[in-house]
Amino acid sequence: MSGRQPVRLAVEAVRYETDGHTLLHGVDLTARPGETVGVVGPNGSGKTTLLRCVYGTLRPTAGRVLLDVEDAARLGAKGRARRVAVVPQDAAGTFGLTVREVVAMGRSPHKRFWEQDGPDDDRRVAEALETVGASGFAGRRYDGLSGGERQRALVARALVQEPGLLALDEPTNHLDIRYQLEILALVRALPATALLVLHDLNLAASYCDRLYVLAGGRVAASGTPAQVLTEDLLAEVYGVRTRVTTRPAGAAPNIVYLPLDGKRAGGGRIGPAGQPAVGSW
Amino acid sequence: MSRPRTPLVLVLLAAALLTSAVAGLALGPVRIAPGRVLDIVLGGPGQHTGAFASIVWDVRMPRVLLGAVVGAGLAVAGTVLQALVRNQLADPFLLGASSGASLGAVLVIVFGTAAAGTAGALGGTGAPGVPAAAFAGSMGALVAVYAMARRGAALTTGRLILAGVAVQYILSALTSLVLVLAAHPDQIRSVLFWTLGGLGGARWDELALPAAALLLGTALLIALARPLDLLLAGEEGARTLGLDTGRFRAAVFVLTSLVIGVLVAYSGAIGFVGLMVPHAARMAVGAGHRALLPVAALGGAVFLTLADLVARTAAAPEEIPVGVVTALVGGPFFLWMLRRSTRVEGVAG
Repeated sequence: MSGRQPVRLAVEAVRYETDGHTLLHGVDLTARPGETVGVVGPNGSGKTTLLRCVYGTLRPTAGRVLLDVEDAARLGAKGRARRVAVVPQDAAGTFGLTVREVVAMGRSPHKRFWEQDGPDDDRRVAEALETVGASGFAGRRYDGLSGGERQRALVARALVQEPGLLALDEPTNHLDIRYQLEILALVRALPATALLVLHDLNLAASYCDRLYVLAGGRVAASGTPAQVLTEDLLAEVYGVRTRVTTRPAGAAPNIVYLPLDGKRAGGGRIGPAGQPAVGSW
Repeated sequence: MSRPRTPLVLVLLAAALLTSAVAGLALGPVRIAPGRVLDIVLGGPGQHTGAFASIVWDVRMPRVLLGAVVGAGLAVAGTVLQALVRNQLADPFLLGASSGASLGAVLVIVFGTAAAGTAGALGGTGAPGVPAAAFAGSMGALVAVYAMARRGAALTTGRLILAGVAVQYILSALTSLVLVLAAHPDQIRSVLFWTLGGLGGARWDELALPAAALLLGTALLIALARPLDLLLAGEEGARTLGLDTGRFRAAVFVLTSLVIGVLVAYSGAIGFVGLMVPHAARMAVGAGHRALLPVAALGGAVFLTLADLVARTAAAPEEIPVGVVTALVGGPFFLWMLRRSTRVEGVAG
């Protein structure tokens, strides 16, 4: 990756409303150039909405998103795509494009519409495919891949985009544990700032420099994983009991989830809002 | 599976186009040996005299050429519109072009000729004024669809499809109303022939416009292969890859509409070409538009040339509307392809 410099991201008092609902109530977030920042929080807390405001698919109702000194809302689609690459949760069917063709799409922001890919582009695409371990299925149809293979192809597409900021929405979603670790290690190693939405708190703790915990469209806590992922905070935000250990001292916190309210771990059905359903069976 | 095969497919299709064109020139009420046809064609216009040369050059050649041009154009337009709305069921007439053209043509056939007092003098699609009225009708329909589908400067897929369907119904109803209330029985036949599509009106002096629309439109669309591919990544995907999807859709809509409008004005609404050929082309060379568009163009030209040959000769001396042939041949082929392909995605959008 010989691309652009890592971007400094600043989300300032971003508010997002749709259909009379407020999904984000003034969120502040920063990421220094090259930093890997995780966004965690329960379902519906506004993680994906925040990410979409950052990469420009949603326009904040109030507040702004700065990429270095530029207001993201003022950049055109192409200018934004040169700075920010997105790994979405999943991409819909592509009419039978091959994996290589899907990955090569990542070169588009750097091209004129009528420009063809040259040998240099082909080399970058081949490198990215190799990096994510997708060379073996590069000639196959994207539509025919498993979820994990698709995810790796989308990561490769983001890599050839040479972004200053990489935005990833659940990048480990369909992946085997081995690929989860590889992709996250790769994201950390890239010379780009990274903003990730993650479900798995232990992975977030291991791979992110700092975390933001969202709850109800607000930042409930932010800081290093050790500062943020405490038993009290997890109880408050997620409604779960945990045992958090940090061993050896200074390592990433490790979270063990405890059964809800002393009910049997495997037997209790989970009701709304993470509470055990009452009166099951 | 896409790239290495493309040159071979293009060569095969070019050969098929030449073969079917020669067949189109050779066969008909008067059969001319293929060798003789080649002799006459390669000699150039006016070099051979006699009935055969006249049949080849003056009667059959413009029709074969119009068929190839219209077939290629419909296939290209269908391919692009399928990408535009990300739905493989889209075809060139989804956006109201055919129903608008039909209404325009029917109005001229019914009222124009009545005013001129020359009812019954119409033959096929060749009536004077009909192409102009059809073009105006299709443009009117497309403008209406465009106006209803746009939101600011952007076109969204869902609104485009809904507006297209609504306009189509309204215009078809108006056409039926005119036919029922005002048409003379003699006129019904030429109207029917027109709405089902036909190449019988082909004339040398009317070839330039459709040919120019095809060549210019296809060249531009091939140049836009990259952003057309990006549309396949979906709305959000295309935007995060740097495409201003709303404006690009609008531009491609206008370009494709002009091509369709010109073609439909000379051939009527020939169905199935623009739906089926893009599918077959994708199966052959994949979905990347740089390879797909030329293959679809040649494939459409071959298909319509052959279909028109069947339309002229199968029930001679009666002529079958070519749209009936494309549907009868294309429908089963289409179903076979659906069964054969394990995955046909995009139907749900």
